[in-house]
Amino acid sequence: MSAARPLEPWRWLGVPMLQVLAATVLFGIPLRAFNLQLPEPVFAITLAFAWAVIRPSVLAPFALLVVGLFLDLFWGGPLGLWAICLLIAYGVALAGRTMMAGQNRLILWAWYSLVTATALVSGYLFVMLDSKSSPGLIPMAWQFLATIVLYPYAQRLVDLFEDADVRFR
Amino acid sequence: MSFRDNPLGELKVPLTWAAAIALIVAAVAATAILLSDRRETFKAEAYGATRRASDTVMAPVGDVLTAPGRWIGHGVDAIKDYFAAGSQNADLKAQLKDMRQWRDVAIALKSENARYRTVLGLKTDPPIPMATALIVTDSRGPFADTRLANAGSEKGVKPGNPVMSENGLVGRVIGVTRGASRVLLLTDIASRTPVMDERTNARAILTGDGGPNPRLDYLRGRDPIREGDRVLTSGDGGVLPRGLPVGTAVKGLDGRWRIVLASDRAPIDYVRILLFEDFTQVVNQHELNEMPAPPPTAGDRTVTTAAPSPPKPAAATTAAAPAVEPAKPVATKSAAAKPNPPAAGKPAPDKPASDKPASDKPKPKPKPPAPKPSDGTNP
Repeated sequence: MSAARPLEPWRWLGVPMLQVLAATVLFGIPLRAFNLQLPEPVFAITLAFAWAVIRPSVLAPFALLVVGLFLDLFWGGPLGLWAICLLIAYGVALAGRTMMAGQNRLILWAWYSLVTATALVSGYLFVMLDSKSSPGLIPMAWQFLATIVLYPYAQRLVDLFEDADVRFR
Repeated sequence: MSFRDNPLGELKVPLTWAAAIALIVAAVAATAILLSDRRETFKAEAYGATRRASDTVMAPVGDVLTAPGRWIGHGVDAIKDYFAAGSQNADLKAQLKDMRQWRDVAIALKSENARYRTVLGLKTDPPIPMATALIVTDSRGPFADTRLANAGSEKGVKPGNPVMSENGLVGRVIGVTRGASRVLLLTDIASRTPVMDERTNARAILTGDGGPNPRLDYLRGRDPIREGDRVLTSGDGGVLPRGLPVGTAVKGLDGRWRIVLASDRAPIDYVRILLFEDFTQVVNQHELNEMPAPPPTAGDRTVTTAAPSPPKPAAATTAAAPAVEPAKPVATKSAAAKPNPPAAGKPAPDKPASDKPASDKPKPKPKPPAPKPSDGTNP
């Protein structure tokens, strides 16, 4: 009976969104130990990937827009930068959704890395146009590595909600 | 049940299309927001009410979240200090012995400088008031490097104010609200800071690229900089005071000159926001613009329009200028001629090195003491 129940947005959109925002704020603490700082992964890319894989949705792009605007306000970057980057990443994942169906976790991880790279390259281009200067590639590579190791969280979301809506089995 | 037999299977296509349309609408909205953003102008009005509201909310949240880290840090420091008390005592005694010699040198130089300033009638920079703040949030990505400090307009902080840690320049304020200020770090991709080499006075623009070591652009001259040279703010443009320590020069892997930031030597938790106002903010622009322009001069005579004289080379005109308008003794009413007595709770050593002379020879310079965290505003 529970499998036939439609997937409620607060379960698969609301709760993960709050978790990601909380993790972002926690990693924004200026903590430094042994001359090392906390990494700055983009937690929200897990949402862009998982939400597209779970099912197409009208609400998900707008939820990503809100998450992206929050990231821009919290990190102090150009307003709208991460919103557009996350939406591009979501678009790539949505377009490749049929190709991802039935693939094993390693292939999905590769797809997740591709989605992450798309978001970061988009950010690189937008920032380059905005500030008329190229961001460093090494910090981008670090952020890419810090983000792709978050794949297990995206996989967990997919496992939790992929079969929750009977229309998208 | 197979996919073909699923009675709800046909719902997929319209939902996918609806999702695609929603994605396009959201992307258009995000693009419009991005295009309308004026962060790069760094003007007070461009910061926007949304950012101010966000900073107002995030500052106390960050303050609470950083508290456990601060407590643990203080605890670890206390334990380390307890066990290292003996060796620290010996080190401090050696440093004190060394510093006493520097103190004598500094007193002699201070007296000598005061005499020179009096003789020259030099108008020195006034002391810069400061506000102490705690950094509560931090962003370190390739596209944005900013920090949120928990001091804002209530302490007189304004956009453009430089921010320093105990080791060197950190960045400048780009947005202010009540109780919070957004600090743009030197490493941010949008950060541009006029700097100079302390040894050669060679000017450059320090340009952030999201990495830990910003690069030096627009360096001119032959061999203008060497590995290990100290780099200071040049004060060009009047946005920052002259002589704030920035870092040391290193050659990057890409062959460009980069800076190891002095502020990176220790974690940045407490910062000093210099309530610095540049010339364009202090001067009465309206009054300046209303002053009539002096007539053109040639030698020691005023040129009349009725009998124009042939044009003279610019150098000759410049050389003749002091003869027409000699230096006025008004400038002797300077801060140097009448040194300000240190007010209560405002010791002079915490003044930043805005009047520090740059010379070819390395000179001993007493390092300003670290700010006191408990200090409310001025050191």
